[in-house]
Amino acid sequence: MENQLPAMPDVIAQVPLNNYVLLASILFIIGIAGVLIRRNAIIMLMSIELMLNAVNLLLVAFSSYRSDPNGQIFVFFIMAVAAAEVAVGLAIIVMIYRNIRSIDISLLDKLRG
Amino acid sequence: MYPIISLSVTGLLTLFLGFSENKKIVFPASIAFLLIALATAFIDWNAPGFYFNDMLQVNNTSIVFWAILIISAILIMGFSEGFERFEFAQPAEYFAIVQFSLVGAIMMVSFKNLIMLFLGIEILSVAMYVLTGADKRNIRGNEAALKYFLMGAFATGILLFGMAMFYGATGTFNIGSGVFIGGDNSFFLWIGCTFMLIGMLFKVAAAPFHLWTPDVYEGAPTIFTAYMSTIVKTAGFVALFKVLSTTFSGLQDFWWIMIAVLVTLSLMIGNIGAVSQNSFKRLMAYSSISHAGFMLLALLGDHENALGSIMFYSVVYTLATISAFGVLMVVSKERIEKGRVYEQNDLFKGLAQNNGFLATVLIIAMLSLAGIPLTGGFWGKFFVFRDAASSGLFWVIIMAVLMSAIAIYYYFKPVLLSMSKKTSLESITINPLAKFIFAITTFGTIVLGIFPWILRSLF
Repeated sequence: MENQLPAMPDVIAQVPLNNYVLLASILFIIGIAGVLIRRNAIIMLMSIELMLNAVNLLLVAFSSYRSDPNGQIFVFFIMAVAAAEVAVGLAIIVMIYRNIRSIDISLLDKLRG
Repeated sequence: MYPIISLSVTGLLTLFLGFSENKKIVFPASIAFLLIALATAFIDWNAPGFYFNDMLQVNNTSIVFWAILIISAILIMGFSEGFERFEFAQPAEYFAIVQFSLVGAIMMVSFKNLIMLFLGIEILSVAMYVLTGADKRNIRGNEAALKYFLMGAFATGILLFGMAMFYGATGTFNIGSGVFIGGDNSFFLWIGCTFMLIGMLFKVAAAPFHLWTPDVYEGAPTIFTAYMSTIVKTAGFVALFKVLSTTFSGLQDFWWIMIAVLVTLSLMIGNIGAVSQNSFKRLMAYSSISHAGFMLLALLGDHENALGSIMFYSVVYTLATISAFGVLMVVSKERIEKGRVYEQNDLFKGLAQNNGFLATVLIIAMLSLAGIPLTGGFWGKFFVFRDAASSGLFWVIIMAVLMSAIAIYYYFKPVLLSMSKKTSLESITINPLAKFIFAITTFGTIVLGIFPWILRSLF
């Protein structure tokens, strides 16, 4: 960080930024792995949420270290959009459950060519 | 900025119209609302400026794109006349969602801050997830909706991670100034650039992030497939261009080769994949991947021309795609097999004999998509090739020319089938509005093929 930053709270300063970045990256990778490996639609949805929350953590960490509120405002947007997305996602899953009585995505293989 | 307000308000009004007994009013009202939004778009003409604390940037270029998006939406929604007859249809909701999704598309072409880019992409995508699953009892539609949702949300996560890293490196979400590699931030910046590009390329269906495209295009109701392949693509490419030409212009050495590889991959996967498709919608999906490759070519050249080329390409692609999907919608209504409309290529068998008008529309659309001279598609390809040539990447251009030769083969499959003697259908009814839309799209394709400068000279 080459530019001069205003002072940050002591609590945040005690933990180096790299630790936050590492933690967020690990959470993000767990989320990706969950989406790619699990076959249950709900668990895939949860993994996506984990990815979004890792991003939130990352944004908050950067935002505190830079003493810049923009990142934290972005987190609110992400939380609101994620809620909307989950609502739509669960609606789609419920719709599928009504039709085939299962939410295992390996049963959904009608589309191929 | 005014169309955002106008569409948000009229979208809510459309929802309330759904309560009325007379469902027939929803369709003309929605078209009128879209026309109002189109008119309000031009209030800001020649009055460039920033809105909402520099969140949105409005200038004549963005207004042209607003007009393109809204007009495409009007043309596509025109095919939904008589939509209220279907049992599953809830016209008010769908028209309202279309209007809300346009808000997202408009934000994507005029953002100035990454927060607005994210919101725009999400508003458009979440609306598209719903529209993809519009046919609730159709298991294929459900599957398409779930696939689109999971893949789209996954891409959003990646895009956001990129934005967070970008923020970590630069300390701002504003895309006004260019950033440069240097110091200890460069690692964050690399990750940010790569992940943001992956997230956005996902939305425009460029290979290798195209895996959702064929399934989603096939499973979605045809009208929303047309919507997805035109509006999402146009908005996505403008957003991609805006990010690459402003913030990431200093990183050109880094993303340049990545885009070149993606162009090659998209063209190969799109064109070779389309050859073996029997379903017309899957064919159009692979064609959409290959067109994403062609439009990415424009980004390789210098940025002065790129936006004009993208604009021209998206207009001709939109016109041809609306024609093609429109013909499919009109013809497939006549043939129901196993409880759903028949959408294989041989649906078009003997179309020329049966209904000369529809066959002409289909053939001109296919010729334009294949890039045959005297149609708009030829000039679209010409402009992007010229842009890419200025970058000196000749192997990519040779590749693109070869691939457009393959494209001629599969675009001529429906054309040849429509010329055949035997017909599989009885008479086809077209309503006057659909006829009018076909006339506009076909006429537009030919006019742009003969006088491309009408549109190209806008920029």
